Amino acid sequence: MKEIHFIQNILASEKIDIVDLSRPFPDEARITVAGADFAKTCKLLHSCLSSPVMAFFAEDLRQRSGAFTLYCVFLSIQAQSWVFVRQDVAADTPEFASLAKDIHSASLFEREMREMFGVEPVGNPDPRSLRLHSEVWPAGRYPLRKDFTMPHKNMDEGVRYRFKRVEGEGIFEIPVGPVHAGIIGPGHFRFSAAGEPIINLELRLGWTHRGIEKLLEGKSSLDAVKISECISGDAAFGYSMAFCQTVEKAQGAYIPLRSQLIRVLCLELERLYNHINDMGGIALDVGFSFPAQFASLIKEAILRLNDAVCGSRYLKGVNTIGGTLIDIDMAKRALIHTALIKIKKDFRALEEMLFSSVSFMDRADATGILRAKTARDLGITGLAARASGIGLDMRKVFPGIYHSFSFKMAKEQAGDVTARLKVRCSEVIESLEIIKQCLEKLGTCSPQIKITIAKKSGTALGCVEAWRGPVLVWMRLDAAGYIERCKIVDPSFHNWEGLSYAVLGNIIPDFPLCNKSFDLSYPGNDL
Amino acid sequence: MNLRILKNSIVKGRVTLPLDPDEITVSHDIEGLGAELKRMIHANFGRSLHIREVDTGSCGACESEIIASSNPIYDIQRFGIDFVASPRHADALLVTGPVSKNMELALKKTYEAMPEPKFVISLGDCAKGGGLFKGSYYTCGGVENVLPVTLHIPGCPPSPLVIMKTLVSFLKPFGKLRILSRIE
Repeated sequence: MKEIHFIQNILASEKIDIVDLSRPFPDEARITVAGADFAKTCKLLHSCLSSPVMAFFAEDLRQRSGAFTLYCVFLSIQAQSWVFVRQDVAADTPEFASLAKDIHSASLFEREMREMFGVEPVGNPDPRSLRLHSEVWPAGRYPLRKDFTMPHKNMDEGVRYRFKRVEGEGIFEIPVGPVHAGIIGPGHFRFSAAGEPIINLELRLGWTHRGIEKLLEGKSSLDAVKISECISGDAAFGYSMAFCQTVEKAQGAYIPLRSQLIRVLCLELERLYNHINDMGGIALDVGFSFPAQFASLIKEAILRLNDAVCGSRYLKGVNTIGGTLIDIDMAKRALIHTALIKIKKDFRALEEMLFSSVSFMDRADATGILRAKTARDLGITGLAARASGIGLDMRKVFPGIYHSFSFKMAKEQAGDVTARLKVRCSEVIESLEIIKQCLEKLGTCSPQIKITIAKKSGTALGCVEAWRGPVLVWMRLDAAGYIERCKIVDPSFHNWEGLSYAVLGNIIPDFPLCNKSFDLSYPGNDL
Repeated sequence: MNLRILKNSIVKGRVTLPLDPDEITVSHDIEGLGAELKRMIHANFGRSLHIREVDTGSCGACESEIIASSNPIYDIQRFGIDFVASPRHADALLVTGPVSKNMELALKKTYEAMPEPKFVISLGDCAKGGGLFKGSYYTCGGVENVLPVTLHIPGCPPSPLVIMKTLVSFLKPFGKLRILSRIE
């Protein structure tokens, strides 16, 4: 356990009284301060840990303590720990001072709390809703409150959404979506352009909101794992792994080594097929169709490998609480080993096709630049952050089983489409290497793949570096192992905002290219 | 330039990847199924069936499989199925997801924008009855609550082969009758 005295010292030097500080897990520190000090503490932690707000969420504990409880979560890389700051908000005046003006990455979370809990962030500059569109949802209904009831059907004309308008001579708006021309999730993009360059891009998301956080309440942890696989289909394994790890952590269980290795293997397979799919997608969006088709062949090969090994092309049904449901025996290991050799060869060919094409590189270079400063302010995570020079990979911060693997963290400085492409390329190579090491380790470790976990109550935050970036899951379980509250943070939640900054000044025909280079999740963001 | 392309195509011939030995059985499946699909689409739709896809809150896995059905291995387009960019060009609407409240209007408008005759296919387990998302405060509980659904393709997600198989078994009983007039 690394020490967090330095955090206490910092808070003490600013004369902030710590009401309570506990470390329920080696990687979690929970700080409670007086209500008046909450904003000050958060600002201090934000600057001294140089961490964005990783999660900021509420919980309805009115029945227990008569208040809404807010948790603001930061990441201390130095201490390898999450730092929770807690604040209670009285039930009769549900409001708190907004952090958004000082910490931009808190802004989206605050808007989320306002529409889901009716807890008002006083001073947040953006009054608009995120997911519960005002056209179809009545004001004053807060789904994540425990006493929420369904509004009546057939309500009258709702309030229309107000887009930011850019005005001036020759400026026009291009609205796109929610139904797009391709086979892809729904989202509304509103471009303001003068000629070809984009002056402003506004994203309106939430179209695929299914109320997952509410749906999870009252579910058993096993049912929750099933639902988690349908939160974002291309990261189904990352999600189910995050859910399982959170439950296991909350209930204090250590799963067998073999199941940990199988999880690593599947997580890397998922990373592999998605990264290669995106390389093809990027090629397709500049009209370079041969490598695009070639990439789709590699993807199909990996999906079939997934099916042969796990019985599901998207790695669904592998994870369960306490381990995994499938084993990877010798025959399957041989299968994976052979497949990897071909995948690696094909991947090298794909890489060669892209990087040796001058006209392709001309489109990708210096397109869609997300500067490191912007990325830090917005709280960008995962692949997009690593392409903008922010070296953050949860597999390195919270290694767990990954400490026994040798791999390098991919990092690029430029922040453009090429940088994101290069990060993908090096991660593909590292993933192949990790899987290879994994196969060796599986050959020698004991055969147990699952344990039974005694159910008990608890709260915990789990995190998995899925292919897009870290998936965060926070859970409160009751004594019977049922979920009381679950908060999910998808890497796309902040990264969508990153996209809207990266495209500024680029021409509209380059938007698909920028978009694909991020390849963010609609359903993961909308929940 | 044109001469070079011509020369290349004569010298090199058709450039295709050799088939893996273990792929041959799968490939047989696809070809057999595809031939049947093609025959039916020829008989029922005058050579091609144009489909517009709308995601109303699926997790994205269904989309991934629909896209996969167009990859060079399945290449569903050669059997007469084309995924089009506009509802104005479509014979059928392919809907995934449990229909979130936000997407209800967009889905209806897409359907209205299609020319007659038209029909609706729902795809994926949550598109029928809402699946795992049944009872959520923000879904309409499946496509059938919003539009008349003629065919459902089950699976979470259905693989490209399952999509093809379901289409074939759906089209079979119609024989050489024009399916679209039957649906009306």
